[in-house]
Amino acid sequence: MTATIFLQQIINGASLGSLYALVAIGYTMVYGILRLINFAHGDLLMFAAYAAIYGSTLFSLPWFISFPLAVVATAAMGILLDRAAYRPLRDAPRISLLISAIGASFLLENLALVVIGGVPKGFPRPSVFDQVISVGELRIQIMTIVTPVMTIVLLMGLLYIVHRTKIGKAMRAASKDFETTRLMGINLDWVIAVTFLLGSALAAAGGVMWAMKYPQVNPFMGVIPGLKAFIAAVLGGIGSIVGAVVGGFLLGLGEILIVAFVPELALYRDAIAFLILILVLLFRPTGIMGEPMIDKS
Amino acid sequence: MLEIKDINVYYGGIHALKGVSVEVKQGQVVTLIGSNGAGKSTTLRSIVGLVKPRSGSVKFEGEELTRLAAHKIIRRGIGVSPEGRHVFPNLSVLENLELGAYHQSPKNFSADLEWVYSLFPRLKERQRQLSGTLSGGEQQMLAFGRALMSRPKLVLLDEPSLGLAPLVVEEVFKTIRAINRQGATVLLVEQNAVAALKVAHYAYVLETGRVILEGVGEELLQDERVRGAYLGE
Repeated sequence: MTATIFLQQIINGASLGSLYALVAIGYTMVYGILRLINFAHGDLLMFAAYAAIYGSTLFSLPWFISFPLAVVATAAMGILLDRAAYRPLRDAPRISLLISAIGASFLLENLALVVIGGVPKGFPRPSVFDQVISVGELRIQIMTIVTPVMTIVLLMGLLYIVHRTKIGKAMRAASKDFETTRLMGINLDWVIAVTFLLGSALAAAGGVMWAMKYPQVNPFMGVIPGLKAFIAAVLGGIGSIVGAVVGGFLLGLGEILIVAFVPELALYRDAIAFLILILVLLFRPTGIMGEPMIDKS
Repeated sequence: MLEIKDINVYYGGIHALKGVSVEVKQGQVVTLIGSNGAGKSTTLRSIVGLVKPRSGSVKFEGEELTRLAAHKIIRRGIGVSPEGRHVFPNLSVLENLELGAYHQSPKNFSADLEWVYSLFPRLKERQRQLSGTLSGGEQQMLAFGRALMSRPKLVLLDEPSLGLAPLVVEEVFKTIRAINRQGATVLLVEQNAVAALKVAHYAYVLETGRVILEGVGEELLQDERVRGAYLGE
């Protein structure tokens, strides 16, 4: 393997990993506050992809309008999800919340199946993203570069919100102690809604870019990326935003490099990801950057 | 200012408060004393909406609180220092104090912060430190100071002396006196009956969910039943 090919693979891995990272952030944020694995999170990718398609085809909006609109619609969907499926169970045992999440996921998938149909739709990828730039012998599609750059930009924005703004402070407080957060005069439901808004918006950005990378949109397209992102979140240390990003990049790089070095394993790449999940849960359940698990009352 | 009338609270099948009535007048320090499980904390939690009484009423400045959400009750002008301090360990001292002023307009913030720092100079020294790394006494100061950051009309303090060194306990009670002189009304829940009765204008003694005795602080201090039960005489 030449250095050029190796570098090419690194870039591909980072590109895939950045998508996992974007989605993983949503898992980790919701887990950080509600101690809930939001299994419907992956389906928001699908929702965003369809929203972008309809924005582009039905309303013939240019991509730079329809894509951000899809993000907004998905963020609203995330808030609705919390409102309908999770908020009524705020005081219920956590297992009820988990079951509700699984139910919400099936609901979204099957609703899409009924309303839109199971035939995959092509994604209208804007031609700007198809252009190829050459650096020496390296040939890189714009799309491949855009995703990691976008991820880093969004991550910076998110870290700014979490660490420098008032609502971010309330989110960090809520992640430790619901009751005392309310005793500060903070509306907890609002804080949780904002958490879903941010996580869902990032998932939407991930979903639109995923659909540009693999332009086949169907009602179950969110399942595998959702699960992979969940693995990334656990690998990085669930509850930690930076951990989710690190986990996402590691998983993406790992997958691409394994396939590149040992092509015989290409078919097993999903299996390997799940093997990583099991190993992390067995030997280091707090992941790379996670804090020791605390059970929140 | 605060009027609790005949509240009944149940935890599942347990009847935790059996018709408790407590009144706090403007400018007073009122204390609830009693042993573990007597219902002192439950009374405080009912005021701020963390538990909902099955019957009875809680009125603050004439307004019924039992139907309001906790954050709305707090915004009426109540500051709480919860039992066990509950500082946010992942936030700095300053950030904890900022959360205490969360629902206040930012223009008063620096004046309020200076006031709290003047009461607890240690907090200023440690303002950049993560509050999880503070000592128990410092965490208590922080919880107390955080409750004051919104310049509350009524301050609720739940066991502020629990587990602290005698010198620190003294400082806590000194501060209660100081803020009371500056106009704050205080409702204090304490197991340390002597110290609480000394600082209080009026006191209620709770036992298994009932008020069994009430009166002026100094007088209760002389009461034989109180001395027998809480002062070990």
